[in-house]
Amino acid sequence: MFLRICRRVLALLFFLVFLFYFLDFAEILPHETSLFMTWQLVPAWMEKNVAVLATLGIVTLLAGRIYCSTICPLGILQDGIAWVARRFQKKPAYRYESPQTAMRWGIVGVVVFALALGVTAVLSLLDPYSAFGRVATNVFRPVYLTGNNLLAWIGTQNNNYTFYYVNAAVQTLVAFFVALATLLVVGILAYRNGRTYCNTICPVGTILGLLSRWSWLRVRISPERCVGCGMCAKKCKGGCIDPKAKTVDNSRCVDCFNCLGTCKFQALTFGIGGNAGIGKSLEPSEKVAQKEDEGTTSRRDFLSFLLLAAATGGSTSRETLELVYTGKLPFTRQFPIAPPGAKSIAHLIQHCTACHLCVAKCPVQILKPAVGEYGLEGFLAPRMDFTRGFCNFDCTICSEICPNDAIDILTMAQKHLTQVGKVVFIEDNCVVKVDETNCGACSEHCPTQAVQMVPYKGSLTIPKIDPTICVGCGGCEHICPVRPYRAIYVEGNEVHVERAEFEESEKIEVQLDDFGF
Amino acid sequence: MSLNRQEFLKSIALGGLATALSTEGVTDVLAQTGAGANGKQVDLVAVMGGEPVEMLNAGLKPFGGIERFVKRGQKIVVKPNIGWDKTPELAGNTNPQLVAALVKLCLEAGASEVTVFDHTCDDWRRCYRTSEIEAAAKAAGAKVMPGNEEEYYREVALPRAKEMRSAKIHQAILECDAWINVPILKNHGGANMTIAMKNLMGIVWDRRFFHTHDLHQCIADICTYEKMPVLNIVDAYRVMKSNGPRGRSLNDVVTPQGMFFSPDIVAVDTAATRFFNQIVAMPLEDVGYLAKGESLNVGTMDLKTLNIQRVRI
Repeated sequence: MFLRICRRVLALLFFLVFLFYFLDFAEILPHETSLFMTWQLVPAWMEKNVAVLATLGIVTLLAGRIYCSTICPLGILQDGIAWVARRFQKKPAYRYESPQTAMRWGIVGVVVFALALGVTAVLSLLDPYSAFGRVATNVFRPVYLTGNNLLAWIGTQNNNYTFYYVNAAVQTLVAFFVALATLLVVGILAYRNGRTYCNTICPVGTILGLLSRWSWLRVRISPERCVGCGMCAKKCKGGCIDPKAKTVDNSRCVDCFNCLGTCKFQALTFGIGGNAGIGKSLEPSEKVAQKEDEGTTSRRDFLSFLLLAAATGGSTSRETLELVYTGKLPFTRQFPIAPPGAKSIAHLIQHCTACHLCVAKCPVQILKPAVGEYGLEGFLAPRMDFTRGFCNFDCTICSEICPNDAIDILTMAQKHLTQVGKVVFIEDNCVVKVDETNCGACSEHCPTQAVQMVPYKGSLTIPKIDPTICVGCGGCEHICPVRPYRAIYVEGNEVHVERAEFEESEKIEVQLDDFGF
Repeated sequence: MSLNRQEFLKSIALGGLATALSTEGVTDVLAQTGAGANGKQVDLVAVMGGEPVEMLNAGLKPFGGIERFVKRGQKIVVKPNIGWDKTPELAGNTNPQLVAALVKLCLEAGASEVTVFDHTCDDWRRCYRTSEIEAAAKAAGAKVMPGNEEEYYREVALPRAKEMRSAKIHQAILECDAWINVPILKNHGGANMTIAMKNLMGIVWDRRFFHTHDLHQCIADICTYEKMPVLNIVDAYRVMKSNGPRGRSLNDVVTPQGMFFSPDIVAVDTAATRFFNQIVAMPLEDVGYLAKGESLNVGTMDLKTLNIQRVRI
């Protein structure tokens, strides 16, 4: 009982902090909250965070899949869904499921194979933390922001500005659908049968499951006391207690401790040693077999969803590129713009698992999940999009919070020197040349004056660019008023470099004696 | 940082005292009447030297104090320039102490409420924070309102305008009884100067329209709006002399300690441009919106016709 309450409280706390950090646009939680994300297994692996990996390994060897029941946000989300299902619906109790060992290791095999080929996208889709992040960012967040806007509307009517309007639109439609599909698949599996995702699909669950076979502390059944009534198995959302064989499949036990209080004969304990059985003696009943079939259907659905997602990804990407840049003098970006700290497009797509924390936390909402811009390997990795804003010169948030170090941490000085792309000026699109009127919006926004207004005709001034000192923040591109094509844009750097130093303006001291009029 | 109430009142009191002492003999200010030596109404006040708060008090005195512009019970808006995510030292935004002191004066004059906002260029929350204007204005008793989304703006016709015949204007301006325009004096890559008239771009939602429809004309056009500021206060305590309006470093900033006051927005911009011209050459012809504003009867560039009070601290 005590264990169960402890794990529930901890899990709920973690989950709420996780979820709220993803939703929190007002920067109520400090950005140090992102440290929790680095405790997640896949980000720790990507970041080569030996301390976290070792800790997770030791904890699992010590007490089993504590990770899955306490700090994995997708796991806790499933528990929530399953809890609701059983509280408000007449759902049948859980029952023992035979292990899907081949399926589990098959998926791990595919993930490893893809990683060996340098493709992170498969892991990205399946990693529970990243999947949760995408759901939170692309599905929950727009809902939360819309709710905020409703409050802002009410407040603004009443002269109260505690709540302010924010852009609540979905960042990338494809990312929204992928996240929604993930939520539906995981949600339906959880609604029907608890932790099916964790015990058949999740590669993290499979790896930790392997370790927990040897775990020191574990749920075990005392065969002497057990009468085989199966009460515990009905509570087991992992489907890992086999009352007939009187064994617990520890590779699938997620340490939820729900079973512990159910046994009237105190046959279940969480303690040292015990059986490591996988239910070899099982004679699957017809019902179990039927259940398994249903499981297979879901799996098939899931796989076809993966294919579908990949297919839509490819086709929509081309569309997006053409749609965004249409008009008289169009331009095509050779490379998308990776956020500062990503080092290079290759580094980004190799390390990013598309958890979309950066997408959620970018204060100007310019980080968007890529569709095909980086190619299929970089599906859903963040790219900078200057349609609604530009990268704030004095902001390093995405680099600070990325748990994978796909966006590596930058100091403010480093950020100021990092060139993620270079400015390109299309004079024939510029309003100064075409209409012979003053503008200068691009230069206004340029933090390094890589775009400077120089004398043109009469008192007109026209942009002159110096790409060597450009940081690629996109201020010029964002504000350029010309449509349908902009006259100035940022071409992405495939590999980020350090920009050249600009020549400082002359420092002068003025001592005015007169008003001048 | 935030100014606490006591410090704040003290600084106002000291500022006032210093002004009273130092201006004596330099100018012939008849503070309480709001009239110049020749009995005419004061049109423009120019202040030099001193700190922002004392300059504010010194500049308002010839007008007869803020009470000339702010009446008891009125809803007032103070509209600074908060365009950039820059600290006060970098002179990208209006001086926060000046904004706070002005808010305080409005409230003391009986304003029912004072609202501060701007439509920023950088992320608005960062601008409000880094400029220190949000904290200072709130501490002084103002409401600080966002201007980041289109929802805050409503369409208004500009029948006297040439190019921009209508604009979406921020609801704080639409709903107030009177407003005070408090820009900072800066060099500007596109418009050459940004002062009081250009600061009105911050009450409008779509600033790209300005840039595509003759920037100088549109700046003049927005100044034909029927509800113009009752007073313009140009903060030239710190001035961005180059690479404006954003600036790159402290090298772009000088501290000539000036401040200009006038209900006439063209006049105050003309005066401020002439002041700026002493730091970096800036002929009035280069600031095209001045003449365009004058021809739309927004105000006058002819400073000789005005009753100008010059105050040195």
